[in-house]
Amino acid sequence: MTTQTLTHRAPALLKDAAVAALLALVLSIPFIGLYTANSDQGQGLAVLSRWHWVGYVVAIVFVGRLLFSLAGDALARRRMRNAGKKPLVSIAMGHTLGRAFIVLALLFAVTLPFMPYSDRYVLDLGMTVLIYIMLAMGLNVTVGLAGLLDLGFVAFYAIGAYTFALMSTVFGLGFWICLPLSGLVAAAFGVLLSLPILRLRGDYLAIVTLGFGEITRIVLLNWQSLTGGPNGVSGIPRPTLFGMSFDRRPPEGLSSFHEVTGIEFSSEHRLMFLYFIILGLVLLASWVVWKLRRLPIGRSWEALREDEIACRSLGINPTASKVSAYATGALLGGFAGCFFAARQGFVSPESFGFIESALILAIVVLGGMGSQVGVVIASLFIVLLPEFAREFADYRMLLFGAAMILIMVWRPGGLLSNREPTLKLSSLKGAGP
Amino acid sequence: MDGAVALGTFLQHLINGLTLGAIYGLIAIGYTMVYGIIRMINFAHGEIYMVGAFVAVTAFTLLAVLGITAVPLALVIVLLVAILFTAAYGWTVERIAYRPLRGAPKLAPLISAIGMSILLQNYVMLTQGARPKPLPPVLTGGITLWQGEGFSLGITYIQLFIILLTVALMTGFTLLITRTALGRAQRACEQDRTMAGLLGINVDRTISMTFVMGASLAAVAGVLVTMYYGVIDFYIGFLAGMKAFTAAVLGGIGSLPGAMLGGLLIGLIEAFFTGYVSGAYKDVAAFSILILVLVLRPTGLLGRPDIEKV
Repeated sequence: MTTQTLTHRAPALLKDAAVAALLALVLSIPFIGLYTANSDQGQGLAVLSRWHWVGYVVAIVFVGRLLFSLAGDALARRRMRNAGKKPLVSIAMGHTLGRAFIVLALLFAVTLPFMPYSDRYVLDLGMTVLIYIMLAMGLNVTVGLAGLLDLGFVAFYAIGAYTFALMSTVFGLGFWICLPLSGLVAAAFGVLLSLPILRLRGDYLAIVTLGFGEITRIVLLNWQSLTGGPNGVSGIPRPTLFGMSFDRRPPEGLSSFHEVTGIEFSSEHRLMFLYFIILGLVLLASWVVWKLRRLPIGRSWEALREDEIACRSLGINPTASKVSAYATGALLGGFAGCFFAARQGFVSPESFGFIESALILAIVVLGGMGSQVGVVIASLFIVLLPEFAREFADYRMLLFGAAMILIMVWRPGGLLSNREPTLKLSSLKGAGP
Repeated sequence: MDGAVALGTFLQHLINGLTLGAIYGLIAIGYTMVYGIIRMINFAHGEIYMVGAFVAVTAFTLLAVLGITAVPLALVIVLLVAILFTAAYGWTVERIAYRPLRGAPKLAPLISAIGMSILLQNYVMLTQGARPKPLPPVLTGGITLWQGEGFSLGITYIQLFIILLTVALMTGFTLLITRTALGRAQRACEQDRTMAGLLGINVDRTISMTFVMGASLAAVAGVLVTMYYGVIDFYIGFLAGMKAFTAAVLGGIGSLPGAMLGGLLIGLIEAFFTGYVSGAYKDVAAFSILILVLVLRPTGLLGRPDIEKV
């Protein structure tokens, strides 16, 4: 019967593939078929062609579309056959799996620096992943829990980073004093930003936050006397452990880690130390967010996300909820920024463009809004995918964009989308969770 | 005499601002139409405009090689070619990245749009090269409106062309929306997509046509920018897209006259701020005014308030 339907459907499938191929032909003519090359000496352009590439593209699209339709048919048939069966992973099992994942991930994260394969590169990558987890956790409070779309989250990251950079280079303050300061300054800006936008909703919110992010970047770029403009701030001091420095020759007034402990000096110790700082920050942040979700304030965020009008009628103060959601998100963003500045020893406006905001938002949405495990998985994905695609060199951002579209089309709710309310009435007698 | 020079400078900024605003307005319409019909921010729209600009550069260069140098003929050909190809891109973007996500959670199409924007930017960079593309001036010369001592006020032909073409397109476009069957279908889909579908309107096709129309206007903006500045690169879509989006929101997203008004305002703010205060902070000024307007009028200048029901 299957073959019969296939022969029956063949003309339609072929026609569909032919239409796709025709479209590919039209699309590729002006960009793949023709291209302009800058001539080396003068200012002129020359138009060159590479029609054989157009041929390849059209052929690939034709075959690809055909295979895609066939695979779609097969999938649909299988789904029909499996319609009555139970899903592979039940919700209870999903919980166990989730818990197992958390334990394994923790174990992996803690032991990572001591693994034999952990060199500079692995540790650096690990820190990048953790920074993104931290940022995404902050944005998750604003977008995932409170439902306030923020396209300028990178501003808080930048404010945190510059707070530490300027406090340390101008006033000579150390990392551990500046860490809470950076968070607080960022949170203060979060409050400041939230005030004008209390009445705005949805997409208007998006553009105002986007504007805020851009304003921050432009000010950092142009306020030469304070921020050094495009040159940024350099010479940011390294974090110390109880006054011990991780440099071979510690700065004036500090002892050094390898002298005090008697462990042989290795430049990797500093990286390991930095790694554990950010790991500790991430764990602390996730614990706090997890706790907040169970407090009235966290409940009010989620209620606000679900329905603002119902919230008001139940006596929840939307202003307080919104302001606190922005402040909490910004606080975490500020911490991440402070750590970023400490790790790099250098900050410049270049690191804080819109694309960063977009990536952080992508992590939150890909992970499944509001899900903390999802944030971890999505951060791994977003940071590691371009790294693994390094072989494709120039093509990696192209593939990255394509992957973002494909994942969204495949799982519009994010990778872990079976979110459930954190508050559930277990029985009529039982109160609360 | 000083007063006259001051007035002249003011008028010159006005002309420059109007030109810039016309271009922003053309792009902003694409945002506003798409938002009106499917309530999503088409983040890749700036990239569509960039695609239009690149098609224009290739077409202009090709025409010069072929020896077609008559300016009006070249302009018509380039505009048509750019609209054709860019519209195809607009259609495809909707088909691949947005249509499968109809009915998905609200943020899903936004992320897919950001992915599309990254994809298109890198696609153009890889196929056309990362170096800026210069184009020799197509329309040169201008009209001197006023000649004072050491100062002259003028409008170049290209500025005149941009403003006139924009006005013509806007008129045509308004007629299209208000008078034709397609425009009626679009307005119906905007009000209630399910009901429109029940009444026999092909909703998918109408949405596709919206993207095609938005992309066509973005293509015209791309051609005009290429001619106006004489140099483009693969990155221009981002900033222009953001400004146009700001313009659309400023005017009240979903409203066509609003998009045009917002575009003009953003163009004027930029021109005057650059002229009188500082060029470095012109974007800060634009965004600050946007925030101010939204605080006072949360739905933009010409937007209708969205009445929310439980």
